[in-house]
Amino acid sequence: MLKIENLNIKKDNRMILREVDFEVNAREIYGILGPNGAGKSSLAYAIMGCNDYQPYEGKIVFEGKEINNLCIWERAKLGITLAWQHEAHFEGITVEDYLLIGMKKMNRTEAGEALQNVLLDPKAYLKRKVDKTLSGGERKRIELAAIFTMRPRLAILDEPDSGIDILALDSVVGFVRNLRQRGTTVILITHRADVAKIAERAALIGEGYLVKEGSSQEVVEYFESRCLVCPQFR
Amino acid sequence: MEDYQMMLKAYQEAGGTPDIFKDSKIAHLVVNQNKVLGSRSINGLILTAKEKEGGIDVDLRVKEGTRIAHPVHLCFGILPKEGRQEIKLNAVMEKGADISILAHCVFPNPIKVQHIMDATYILEDRAVLKYKEVHYHGLTGGIEVIPQSKIKVGKDARIMTDFLLVKGRVGRLDIDYQAEADENGVIEMVTKVYGHGDDEIRVKESGQLFGRGARGLIKSRIAVRERAESEVISELRASAPNARGHVDCIEIVQGEARAKAVPLVHVLHEDAQITHEAAIGRVNQKEVETLMARGLKEEEAVDVIIGGMLK
Repeated sequence: MLKIENLNIKKDNRMILREVDFEVNAREIYGILGPNGAGKSSLAYAIMGCNDYQPYEGKIVFEGKEINNLCIWERAKLGITLAWQHEAHFEGITVEDYLLIGMKKMNRTEAGEALQNVLLDPKAYLKRKVDKTLSGGERKRIELAAIFTMRPRLAILDEPDSGIDILALDSVVGFVRNLRQRGTTVILITHRADVAKIAERAALIGEGYLVKEGSSQEVVEYFESRCLVCPQFR
Repeated sequence: MEDYQMMLKAYQEAGGTPDIFKDSKIAHLVVNQNKVLGSRSINGLILTAKEKEGGIDVDLRVKEGTRIAHPVHLCFGILPKEGRQEIKLNAVMEKGADISILAHCVFPNPIKVQHIMDATYILEDRAVLKYKEVHYHGLTGGIEVIPQSKIKVGKDARIMTDFLLVKGRVGRLDIDYQAEADENGVIEMVTKVYGHGDDEIRVKESGQLFGRGARGLIKSRIAVRERAESEVISELRASAPNARGHVDCIEIVQGEARAKAVPLVHVLHEDAQITHEAAIGRVNQKEVETLMARGLKEEEAVDVIIGGMLK
């Protein structure tokens, strides 16, 4: 479904991704693992087509079509979306309206169901604003609910576990599985080995390089057995 | 059609519901240019309007301890293309009074129109006033709006003003609100304006927190596009123990528009505190990209963000 070929990304005259190659199959949960600063989020932004993350070299191919030159919304129209690690806030926009934005057919019932899916009570949240009055964990869940309502073909979830307390971690894992069950392919970015294990396959990113690819079990074991900040990491 | 019916029609077209003017439980005042078309007082609230040369004097008084259940509706407008309206409003909320006022200002066809509001609000101790002013302007832009208010907030009293001009062309807007709060008094002033074309927006709001424990918030949300210009001066002065204030200004600039913000913060007592935040510039790129990742084009995303901010 998604093929990344020799991807190189340069930002502020610094290479942040180098020679990255991997492929994600349809309806798969594919983990991207790595320490902070490894380039995981940069990879997410590059796949989504964000400004400043255009490939310096290499190709991003989605369902057989190179999408390097497509902007964010054009990629979104193809069915790609991103749940950001640090979510934006929107003054004056209700949670309900925010959830409706990505829907192909506006359905208020589905907006409520999406909130239930991330363990938020629709009655308490639909009319709240997507602004700074929400806690980090609430905002994170609303972002995940927005992905749910969008029914994307490919969802890139950038650290969906960050800002979520340990007790709610199971709900995030359940959410990812539900998403896949609805036909969405998931790229799950995390630096937590226990979360990465829900992926079928995974890649380890370090210092901008793809260091290892394989089953999530293999990659997690490799990740846990190495000093990730050392140059020998590679 | 009579002026009154035309005014109600314009009010309805601007989104209002004219039926409220028939409701005997709701106090109201309807003014076209400098002519009073209708008014109603209710129990505990006296609302009088007198025409004079070149303007109208309006007196509003809410009696001590009276809580007015329904918002008072004020409807000001100028229906012809040219005209001048000058309202002098004196409002007194006696001790413990509690009232909401909803003012609709309707100027559908302005070519050379001037609306001047010179208001004084006195809130005696424990009184509460929520004042919302919503403007509906046509697209011609030939209008000057000059609202001036002097506000005195007594002990434990509270005023919240909300000025909204986001539909149609602004023309030239020059707001000047000055408020002062006594012990535990609260001032909250919110202004939201969307300027287009060659609109000129000037907002000056100041609050003096001279009473112990007084609180103040001045919040501005301005968006300007094309060649519109805005200047926001937000001033808070805290001179008493435990006085607290916050100035919060966001101005979004698009195209050739220009914006300026001047937060003025004075703290004159060691136990007082005022904070301020201001953001001026283009729409936050992260917000735009988030909505684009949901399938909105860039312009659509910007409209959604500005629409939310000005809601």
